[in-house]
Amino acid sequence: MIDAKQVLHVARLARLELAPEDVQPMADELSSILGHIEQMSSLDLEGVKPTTHVVPVEGVLRADEAEAPLPREVALSQAPKHSETGFLVPSPQA
Amino acid sequence: MSVADYDITIGLEIHVQLATKTKMFSPIETYFGADPNTLVGPVDLGLPGTLPVPNAQAIHYGIMLGLAFNCAIADRLVFHRKNYFYPDLPKGYQISQFDEPLCGPGNFGGVRIHRVHLEEDAAKLTHAGSSGRIHDSDASVVDFNRGGTSLAEIVTEPDIHSAEQASEWLRLLRTTVRQLGVSDVNMEEGSLRCDANISIAPKGSGVLGAKTELKNMNSFRFIERGIRAEVARQAAILDAGDTVEQETLHFDPRTEAITSMRSKEDAHDYRYFPEPDMVPVVVTSEMVDKAKAAMPELPHEREARFEALGVEPGAARQMSWQPELGDLFEEALAADPAHAKALAALITNELVARLEDGDLTQSKATPASLAQLVALTADGKVSTSGARTVLDTLVASGGDPAQIIEAEGLGAIGGGDELTPIIQAALDANPDVAEKLRGGDMKPIGVIIGAVMKETRGRADGKEVTKIARGLLGL
Repeated sequence: MIDAKQVLHVARLARLELAPEDVQPMADELSSILGHIEQMSSLDLEGVKPTTHVVPVEGVLRADEAEAPLPREVALSQAPKHSETGFLVPSPQA
Repeated sequence: MSVADYDITIGLEIHVQLATKTKMFSPIETYFGADPNTLVGPVDLGLPGTLPVPNAQAIHYGIMLGLAFNCAIADRLVFHRKNYFYPDLPKGYQISQFDEPLCGPGNFGGVRIHRVHLEEDAAKLTHAGSSGRIHDSDASVVDFNRGGTSLAEIVTEPDIHSAEQASEWLRLLRTTVRQLGVSDVNMEEGSLRCDANISIAPKGSGVLGAKTELKNMNSFRFIERGIRAEVARQAAILDAGDTVEQETLHFDPRTEAITSMRSKEDAHDYRYFPEPDMVPVVVTSEMVDKAKAAMPELPHEREARFEALGVEPGAARQMSWQPELGDLFEEALAADPAHAKALAALITNELVARLEDGDLTQSKATPASLAQLVALTADGKVSTSGARTVLDTLVASGGDPAQIIEAEGLGAIGGGDELTPIIQAALDANPDVAEKLRGGDMKPIGVIIGAVMKETRGRADGKEVTKIARGLLGL
């Protein structure tokens, strides 16, 4: 089952801020969800392929043909911060 | 202990940018050197509501790579999300492959291939400080032109045991990938990048030491030097009785310094899961057949074919790993197929030595003239040393070997009639040498051959001189 330490680990990987009082309830909820999924382990699934997608469609591919790129000012316009030519982000090295 | 007291084990991960016109999952053109953020579409920026669709040509190229490496080709492939946060990745994940890669186990150039899978490249991040234009010292600049470019990642088993073997194998890989036409494998532009997993253990101990990963090396020289430096670093740690820590390292080719890239607590936990935005791709037998039909002759196949013609193994390898030499050889052979071995030797030893960096464009010799020169040498019309002089002229100004021999008076001196008096004179001029030869000590024969060569300007054949000299001395 999921304990508080695992919750904090996953929260950090997902960059989520969790208030200390939310950690244990989150652990309980996740445990209950995973417990439900674990019930499936009791079934005999020998030879059953994992379902990676529920839509019965396969092999949707695209020909290697180009469409017009976005004009640069449009591409940059949605960014919180940008220069004339690039997206500005907080330095990951800082 | 020294480095020589350790067994070295190396596995490589190679990223190859595929020569597709558009990106892996986005219909935006991609090429090197465009203005920043001018080759960018909604999918590349991870804008809401966009859907990635795999590029059929990238899968075609991936299958060709798998065939070249004798890999098992999967009949179905699933893309996964590899989750991590970094500004070069707008979605918070990279679309890659996890447990159902395109190509499974294979074998190439004596190294087992673990897998080949397809994924998208990250964007290019320029950090503050490396660009003087950024005044805000906290900021980095992202250029999404490269973001989403189709990549094949080739992962080997740990079958490489020296820095030299690693760089030699990578050269074969690069020549092969280029021959396939699936990537331009231009290392300066980053279309071939290499990570090396390195571990060492006391010789014969049979245990694998902790491995470190040397990241993102983009030249053969750096790879060789980087691996050597890392092996030395690990050996020094073990010599001191310490243990090597598993970590990701960066090699600085300027200073040869190796630095840790990520701290241990940041160890990646990518939480792969199947990409819900894309349905599985079925690899049909038609797709595999199409890839098979597109396969050119590969370097190792050409090497085997050259060897079957009687070419020395070293020359066969050189001419197949450097395709322009192989092409020249084949063109010359088409003019005269009689002397494959000698022709290959002439190209790989004599011709290449006369060119800077082996650059064939510097030579004015036609393929047919090389074949003709080899034939004239084989027929004894010109001595080996005379042939070298002819080759000098051919490389410098082209022309017809027979005419050059005629014009420069390089024709071999045939038969004993002409040579005998010259050899006799050389023996007379060197009585002490003649005495030794008579006594059965053949070592100083070089003196006689040298004198005859000088007299005939290299037109005599050394073996012939020896034979006649022995006769004159009654041996």
